[in-house]
Amino acid sequence: MKKGASVSWFSPVIMITGLVAGVLGALLVKWGNPANMGICVACFVRDIAGGIGLHSAAVVQYIRPEIIGFVLGAFLSAGFTNEFKAQGGSSPVLRFLLGALMMIGALMFLGCPLRMVLRLAGGDLNAVLGLAGFIAGIAIGVVFLKSGFVLSRAYPLARINGWVMPLAMVGLLALVMVKPGFIFFSKQGPGSQHAALLVSLGVGLLVGVLAQRSRFCFAAGVRDKILLNNSHLLVGFVLVFIAALLANVALKQFHLGFANQPVAHTSHVWNFLGLLLVGLSAVLLGGCPLRQLILTGEGNTDSGITFLGMLAGAGFAHNFLLASSPKGPTLNGQIAVIAGIIFCLIIGYANREE
Amino acid sequence: MIREIDCRGLACPLPVLRTKKVLDQIETGTICAIVDNPAAKENVIRLAAFMGCEISLKEKESNWYLTITKTKGVQA
Repeated sequence: MKKGASVSWFSPVIMITGLVAGVLGALLVKWGNPANMGICVACFVRDIAGGIGLHSAAVVQYIRPEIIGFVLGAFLSAGFTNEFKAQGGSSPVLRFLLGALMMIGALMFLGCPLRMVLRLAGGDLNAVLGLAGFIAGIAIGVVFLKSGFVLSRAYPLARINGWVMPLAMVGLLALVMVKPGFIFFSKQGPGSQHAALLVSLGVGLLVGVLAQRSRFCFAAGVRDKILLNNSHLLVGFVLVFIAALLANVALKQFHLGFANQPVAHTSHVWNFLGLLLVGLSAVLLGGCPLRQLILTGEGNTDSGITFLGMLAGAGFAHNFLLASSPKGPTLNGQIAVIAGIIFCLIIGYANREE
Repeated sequence: MIREIDCRGLACPLPVLRTKKVLDQIETGTICAIVDNPAAKENVIRLAAFMGCEISLKEKESNWYLTITKTKGVQA
């Protein structure tokens, strides 16, 4: 039937990405990262925001090499496969805002979609509420997609545009290695818990390469199932869970329950709404936080702007006391999440074409 | 004249949605979806294969031209 074009429904590279991310997500905890937080794009971008002084929450300041690895892994992979392409110009301010809102939602729940899966795989039942919220947010986003939602087109740019963010990652790597006085390092709390720098970087690079090759995306996994009845990315999502679950059981890191889960709270409504905001903003942006980092590495400056929005959002989240803690959500955070959902609904409604 | 669907510069999943919309509208015929990134290319190919269409692929100046032919009796 097909001529010169073949793409299998059954994608081994997605399955490998899911399995590797799941196992390494569990192992990184063993190697020093915070419990149930082997990898978390939102928490780690937040830690970077703290490390470079965009907020002053002393317990969450560390330039996480995993994040640097995701972007640079995707950059190298895209370069070697001739898929690096500098492009951008699609509604940059809206993307910045959506990135910040995505971060505020994630910090209400205390985790990005990847950490949501890792928390589930560690037995944290609060993440079930997060998963439900994530699916609900994506379902709302799908309604907008079906009614013609679009952020304006991106256009090709001079190559240097695509190099900026990967080079910034090299700069961050230099800072975390050289440790100049103006960089912050947590002495206690989650920010002080981390695997060896080269281990974290190596995992980040490997996952970055795999995620670039597989187009792995948590939001798209759920979205495409709802929108197109296509499960091929969802398989990766499920395999992260299975791999991390088995690894956690083997490493004795599995503890089932709601109460006393690490870096988590039991406020069901706000766990749900936090990830609802993440799911909705991710659909409007075209990808989850991890996917934004990977696209940034491929030269997509719209995702680069989104990444910067996430970084700014993390700064606001801690400076304005929006981020939750194990004690629970804050009033400021609750107001911000509701406002964020309303902003997303307005953006979704206002950007319909046709 | 083959109907062209210009999906360049559109983020996921719009290339697939726009192509699907046109394929759903026509009973039979050939269309050409133009995409500019590999993820969109793979997704549009996957969609066309799922709908039982014939696909041929041409690359030109970092864009892909996916010619998709829908024949009678295929699933929409």
